Amino acid sequence: MDQSKEKFAQLQKLIDSHKNMKGSLMPVLQGAQEIFGCVSEDVQKFIAEGLGVTLSEVYGVATFYAQFSLHPKGKYLISVCLGTACYVKGSQNVLDKLSEVLEIPVGGTTPDGKFTLEATRCLGACGLAPVMMINGEVYGRLTPDVIPGIIEKYRAKED
Amino acid sequence: MKKMINLTIDGIKVQTPEGSTVLEAARSAGIRIPTLCFLKDVNKLGVCRMCIVNAGGRALQAACVLPAAEGMNVKTNTPEIQEYRKNILELTLSTHKKECLSCIRSQNCELQKLCLELGVEFGDKYEGVKNEYTIDDLSPSIVRDNNKCILCRRCVSVCAKVQNVGVIGPVNRGFKTAIESPWGLKLNQMACINCGQCIVNCPVGALHEKDDTNEVWAALQDPDKYVVVQPAPAVRAALGEEFGYPMGTSVTGKMAAALRRLGFDKVFDTDWGADLTIMEEANELVERISKGGKLPMITSCSPGWIKFCETYYPDFTDNLSTCKSPHEMEGAMIKSYFAEKMNIDPHKIVVVSVMPCTAKKFEAKRPELGHDGMADVDIVITTRELARMIKKANIDFCALPDEDFDSMLGESTGAAVIFGATGGVMEAALRTAYETITGKKLENVDFKAVRGVKGIKEATINIGGTDVSVAVASGTGNASTLLDSVRSGKKNYAFIEVMACPGGCVNGGGQPIVSSQVKMDKDIRVERAKALYKEDRNKALRKSHDNTEIKTLYTEYLGKPGSHKAHELLHTHYQKREKYSD
Repeated sequence: MDQSKEKFAQLQKLIDSHKNMKGSLMPVLQGAQEIFGCVSEDVQKFIAEGLGVTLSEVYGVATFYAQFSLHPKGKYLISVCLGTACYVKGSQNVLDKLSEVLEIPVGGTTPDGKFTLEATRCLGACGLAPVMMINGEVYGRLTPDVIPGIIEKYRAKED
Repeated sequence: MKKMINLTIDGIKVQTPEGSTVLEAARSAGIRIPTLCFLKDVNKLGVCRMCIVNAGGRALQAACVLPAAEGMNVKTNTPEIQEYRKNILELTLSTHKKECLSCIRSQNCELQKLCLELGVEFGDKYEGVKNEYTIDDLSPSIVRDNNKCILCRRCVSVCAKVQNVGVIGPVNRGFKTAIESPWGLKLNQMACINCGQCIVNCPVGALHEKDDTNEVWAALQDPDKYVVVQPAPAVRAALGEEFGYPMGTSVTGKMAAALRRLGFDKVFDTDWGADLTIMEEANELVERISKGGKLPMITSCSPGWIKFCETYYPDFTDNLSTCKSPHEMEGAMIKSYFAEKMNIDPHKIVVVSVMPCTAKKFEAKRPELGHDGMADVDIVITTRELARMIKKANIDFCALPDEDFDSMLGESTGAAVIFGATGGVMEAALRTAYETITGKKLENVDFKAVRGVKGIKEATINIGGTDVSVAVASGTGNASTLLDSVRSGKKNYAFIEVMACPGGCVNGGGQPIVSSQVKMDKDIRVERAKALYKEDRNKALRKSHDNTEIKTLYTEYLGKPGSHKAHELLHTHYQKREKYSD
């Protein structure tokens, strides 16, 4: 609870430094996402009240840009590249396999909060296609059959 | 003097003040450019692309956001432009729910009109994936059908910028863009004030009032019910438009006749209730001033404003007059005074109010507005719903004779008629308060300083040697500005009138819908108000306390204004409301 209080205090500071500035909603939302990991309903209401804009406006911006997440993301963020090179090399099959192993749709988070599965644009590692990234760690030349092993490795990690 | 700019539009030399858009310049020269998303003074985004013109640029440009420039040569209607516009319409139709035969806006739809004009032959030229939305009909006042929405954002702008409410907005992006409330909440879960300004500014059938006419038909058919109707002041100033009368025509007599033919047992008039409201409200004002009560006192007739105050300015709820609104007062009197006099069981009475307002539907459902387990008003229909009923009943409205309202709760003064225009309640209250305080006859009853469509009006009125400062705001956005200045101590008033809709009830959310093209040339608030002020001028009695039926009511039933009985039946209380529901 205290941790959340601290985070809201941090957000308040951010809002104060942007108050009455034109175009302040975007940087505040970005900051909030960094602080909380997502921009949940409470966070958006806090921003709306703080900046004196409507919740509709905050929510509109938050849903317009793909960079904002409305729900908390998992501990491990899996991003599968669907850029041209990776796609041609079969990254869709990799993505489908991940979805099957984790039992979540693309964009979803596992109930235990451990994994979030995302599809992304080109990660800039086309030479290793198909590519995915787990919390910044790159995995290249993937095939669907290596996926369960990789996931198992993360599942086994201590919390 | 503003600098003038010279340009050529469709071969015609046009002079226009610097800063005007090509759309405005063309309009001033009698050249009509089609529009959909443009809404004068409110929505200027250039998103629908209907107003594209050739101004010599690399591509066609939207005239509504294109500044007129010196020497510009604009073409607004070449075959190429016509083809583009037609194509835009066909693309719009590809995701539009085309139930035009039964749509509530059929024949009054801006999209339909443009399709006809531009020769769109069939609506399914581009077949493909469609978004499917659930209709939001949980609000007591407003229904939203996103399947018909064309994403023009007129409702969004009016809600946020004019009304300072902002409970809807565009969410998501691209093909998935929809006008919604945040987090998929429905309107009734939001701090929507039910004003209906979104409805009267929607070009298509994506927004409409919750239709309650079936309830009225059922009551009229029920032999056990005694059905009483009362139309609000502003209804008579606009109902005619639905039957081809020019804007600003008063149709009071024909409206009374039509209501009688629909089969109502009694045709009373909310103007009577308005006179009664003034008796109570002027008395309350005099009491608050003389006894040091909470000031400024703020009017309480407009239910959109009341919910706005309860939600967004809860610190002002003690400033609100405790008077119920006119139709609620009249409803309360119908189910007490009238029922007793006529020896009718009030539980068998159905009170139907015809209102220029969608927020009245919400107001009538407030549990505090009633007595002995009965609601003061049972059903509220809007001006538009009444017009539909008259049409459905095959009544030839234009051929009707002028009839009067029924007596006992049907007489009214000029003071009541002007309730429908911004400043009207203020003026009516001043007419009565003046004579109450000074005991002298008020010779000139016209308080012109509080008339007109300016968003905020201020005046100082000398009453018996005392200066009383008053203010009038219409549109809840203007009300916010006014209340902020009172809250900060910058301004000080004794009495404030607020109407939720810009221009007051004549421009209410339940009134006939006027297209954005017509609104470019005509101010409907001004035109419709003219009808009311004309009626006021022609009335034999122009002060509420001169109404003979109201005098009888006090002598026979209520005693005097502010009496115990009056308080029990005619006054109410307010509650603070949360901005966000949990």
